[in-house]
Amino acid sequence: MSTVTVPPDYASQFHDPSHEDHRSFWRKYVFSTDHKIIGIQFLFMSLLFLLIGGLLAMLIRWQLGWPGQALPGGDVLGEARMPGGIMLPEFYNSVMTMHGTIMIFFAVMPLLVGVYANYLIPLQIGAPDMAFPRLNMLSFWLAVPAGVLMVAGFFVAGGHAAAGWTSYAPLSTNPEFTGVFTGQVLWTASLIILGFSSLAGAVNYITTIVNMRAPGMTWFRLPLPTWALFITSILILLAIPVLTGALILLLFDQVLGTGFFNPEYGGQPLLWQHLFWYFGHPEVYILILPAFGFVSEIIANGSRKPVFGYHAMVLAITAIAFLGWIVWGHHMFQSGMNPTLGAGFMATTMVIAVPTAIKVFNWIGTMWEGDLHFHSPMLYSIAFVSMFVIGGFSGIFLASTPVDIPLHDTYFVVAHIHYVLFGGSLFAIFAAITYWFPKMFGRMMNERVNKVHFFFTFIFFNLTFFPMHELGNAGMMRRIYDYTQYGFLEGLVDINRLISLAAFGLFTAQLIFAANFIWCLFKGEKAGNNPWRANALEWSVPSPPPHGNFTLLPMVYRGPYEYSSPESEEDYFPQDAPPAEESVPEPAPTLV
Amino acid sequence: MVTLCRRSLYLIALLPIALTACGGGDDAGSAAAGGGAADVAPVQIDNPGTITGSVAFTGTAPTLETIDMRDEPVCSDKHTEPPVQRTVVVNDNGTLSNVFVWVREGLTQSYPAQGEAPVLDQDGCLYQPRVLGVVSGQPFEIHNSDAVLHNVNAQPDANRGFNISQPQEGMTSERSFSTAEVMVPVQCDVHGWMTAYIGVVDHPYFAVTGGDGSFTIENLPPGDYVVEAWHEQYGTQTANVTVPPDGTVEAPFTYDAAAARNAIVPLGTPIDLHDHGAHVATVPTDAGDEE
Amino acid sequence: MEWGFPENFSTFGDSIDATYGAIFYVTAIAFVVVQGLLIYCIIRYRHREGRKALPIHGNTRLEIIWTVIPAIGVLSVAYLSASVWLDIKDESRFPGGAYEVGLHASQFEWNVTNPGPDGALGTDDDFPTRNALHVPVDQPVRVLLTAEDVIHSFFLPNFRVKQDAVPGMEIPVWFEAIAPGVFDLGCAELCGLGHYRMRGTLTVHSPEDFEAWQAEEGGVASGTAETPTVAAR
Repeated sequence: MSTVTVPPDYASQFHDPSHEDHRSFWRKYVFSTDHKIIGIQFLFMSLLFLLIGGLLAMLIRWQLGWPGQALPGGDVLGEARMPGGIMLPEFYNSVMTMHGTIMIFFAVMPLLVGVYANYLIPLQIGAPDMAFPRLNMLSFWLAVPAGVLMVAGFFVAGGHAAAGWTSYAPLSTNPEFTGVFTGQVLWTASLIILGFSSLAGAVNYITTIVNMRAPGMTWFRLPLPTWALFITSILILLAIPVLTGALILLLFDQVLGTGFFNPEYGGQPLLWQHLFWYFGHPEVYILILPAFGFVSEIIANGSRKPVFGYHAMVLAITAIAFLGWIVWGHHMFQSGMNPTLGAGFMATTMVIAVPTAIKVFNWIGTMWEGDLHFHSPMLYSIAFVSMFVIGGFSGIFLASTPVDIPLHDTYFVVAHIHYVLFGGSLFAIFAAITYWFPKMFGRMMNERVNKVHFFFTFIFFNLTFFPMHELGNAGMMRRIYDYTQYGFLEGLVDINRLISLAAFGLFTAQLIFAANFIWCLFKGEKAGNNPWRANALEWSVPSPPPHGNFTLLPMVYRGPYEYSSPESEEDYFPQDAPPAEESVPEPAPTLV
Repeated sequence: MVTLCRRSLYLIALLPIALTACGGGDDAGSAAAGGGAADVAPVQIDNPGTITGSVAFTGTAPTLETIDMRDEPVCSDKHTEPPVQRTVVVNDNGTLSNVFVWVREGLTQSYPAQGEAPVLDQDGCLYQPRVLGVVSGQPFEIHNSDAVLHNVNAQPDANRGFNISQPQEGMTSERSFSTAEVMVPVQCDVHGWMTAYIGVVDHPYFAVTGGDGSFTIENLPPGDYVVEAWHEQYGTQTANVTVPPDGTVEAPFTYDAAAARNAIVPLGTPIDLHDHGAHVATVPTDAGDEE
Repeated sequence: MEWGFPENFSTFGDSIDATYGAIFYVTAIAFVVVQGLLIYCIIRYRHREGRKALPIHGNTRLEIIWTVIPAIGVLSVAYLSASVWLDIKDESRFPGGAYEVGLHASQFEWNVTNPGPDGALGTDDDFPTRNALHVPVDQPVRVLLTAEDVIHSFFLPNFRVKQDAVPGMEIPVWFEAIAPGVFDLGCAELCGLGHYRMRGTLTVHSPEDFEAWQAEEGGVASGTAETPTVAAR
């Protein structure tokens, strides 16, 4: 490990900063092949979609809090959507469908992968750029038309897709069943295009990590975000083609009159569910594994301590990724699938809780005996652990097949997915944005405002989503436009109204973050190279890093989490800092 | 086949649609694209004539099915007598109601709609009227008089269909059909018994028989015409008439109960693919599509 | 009303509720442990002047402990659940002597085919009802679930029954009511713009009531039994 040979042509790729950057504005900021610009492009795009998805959620919460009542000013949305401000069921179905679709495919997934895989991987492994920079540019510029098509669906006759984000056939294949004509087709086409974008990205990330690590950057010296993104990329590479294939069959059913999912023509509706969830469950882990990586990085940094059980963390991520392929049937316990198969899927699903538990305990182990600095990324990360655990526990209820009978397709599922994807992924995204903002833009976000945002988000998040478990227990079905039509749900108006008010608060709190983000882009305090006193390679270069990232090929001497190491005078020890001469390492302390 | 071809066109039309849609085609699908024929000044017709007549019914009228509306008290309370499925409504004077009579051939130009927008009302979980005529491009109103959800699922063949809902009492939507089509079936899926038929023609020369079984088509240019009568169970009949200047011509139609066995009812597409076809159980045509 | 569930009226409902309860206690303990440890760390190890973190890299014994304990926990939950599940859903374990009734879901109606006095489906005395399922108390009920157009889901909250109705499939479901009454029947799978209104009622009759109802309804509807799988239209 001590002798490292550097291929000469590889080293020559590093950019000499004394050379002027001759790229035109368009090549530099728009059709850029620089992984950092592409990451930032994904950031702005997905934050915009996050806002759209949030607004859609507010419409849902209006209808559920005040069923059938006119939303003041809602009539601007038009006669086909909200006549006189009263939301129509078909518009509700569209809004609910698009909230899910946009949040999953256009907000959380690109925020975790498109933004940070692009931005972080070359910086963390010590590479000048991605292995295939043009493919990387293509990845973003495929995501843009996908997003345009997805938004266009709102404006076509018959409204946008209204068959749920899962788009169960045959509801999604026959316009007579939904009243949605072009919208459903646009939805399918958009996701097919987005699939190619994700694939282009995944191939790139995998190749880059395998081939372009700096000298000394062994596999087990990789920072955990890179590890997580590596495993995630493999999941994307294997899962997205399944979805794309299924979507193409769906498109054929929708526009060519084929019957892959239509029993009238010998098709089978459950085939769609199997294909969709065979993609869909790995997708769930695509949406959470990078978050695991970010949070591990930040908790170690905030605790000024090495990650507890680094190898166990890597193994756990790998185990989750593997098990994620054999649990898809747990979405289909009540679908008419053979019940014995359901029992099998229950077993595999339960097992996946084990590596997840390992990660949680390791995060606590990382904080144990630490020196906890509660900077805002650390706060978001701790909240992530706490909220994700709740999402994991509710998952055990749903994984138990008999308990799933009353809970399936109720608000218990909605609570579960939001604890995982909002309490989990989105909190990790806030952690990541605040943590790497100084690196991306050379300025700090305002810590105090972030803490205010954290406080309100944490409170309102729990007020919004925790009561939903109770709604689910009471039997309130998800995707339901007006639950008061049912006698056994009539008494749930008050709790729904409370949830809606909390949700409005939650949305408002996000505006604080948006304001802080935009303000600090231009007016934030200037950040140095390493404001968090962190170890990974990205902190050894200027903020923001120049084109080509590193002026010299970095040499890596140690793992990324050597915080409070006795070998270093500071409480951190950068990966590329040469070891002190003649240093005799002390035996590492252990837990008694 | 027509449906299949039309759907294939969506694929080809995908990109332009998406692009134009971004231009702000708000509320497409409503009547905005309809031509707005209602405002057009009436066409001056010299020496107009009239077709009149009455649709007679012979034989024994079938017993109508009772509709089980018990789980929808909002609607059943509106009916003093048990509501029935009005597939064949025979009047006291031996004539047939709900027959759509229209000038099928003979007009040399198209004529705009006259008067106010026709209304398709949903009252007591029944469509009022059951048979409605509109001019192509003419906006018509769909109104919900019940405090309950109705959806209006129109699946025409030549026109663009729609499936919209009216969850609250008093809601009104405006729609139009751009192309002539007799008939367009309309279905409420929440209340499976609710069916209506909309006849779309290129001119205002049509009528629907009412409680006395008679019809009158006025203000026609003199000339030779083919007049067609349409009934949802007994099919179509035609009559050749010559309309004299400033005069009236009689077009008699007679439906026989026995004719129902072999009646051919041109509905275009089946009423509802996922309906058991109870409405037109006697119709042998297009049985392949039906199931 | 335990766990906020609607009151249970089915024979197997208690075993589902009990499984929920078992998971609740297991996760509640784990919840207290994990959140307690988090809070403890936050307070105990917060940064103060001069505090120095202990640079521990891990502990294999601890890793094994917190792998094995959750594994035992979740696998026992799975073991506990499996038999409850199969008793409810596995057709080979369905109880005999069941009252059989056909339920055909279509946008947006529950079309019931009642077997009539002879208790057999597909005979002349079958009669339809719309959005109204009637069953006798204290007798297993076997519902033959089919769908016309899209996927619906047959949901009886008071009976812990939920099963998707899939076009092209006939899926049997069973339950047994322990008390008479009138209960909600809902659709739990998004089935279109009228999904929220696709509701019906389940009426559980005492044996005498049930015969009286059968005689009355069957007589009324027998004249219009041409399309037996469709409710009166």
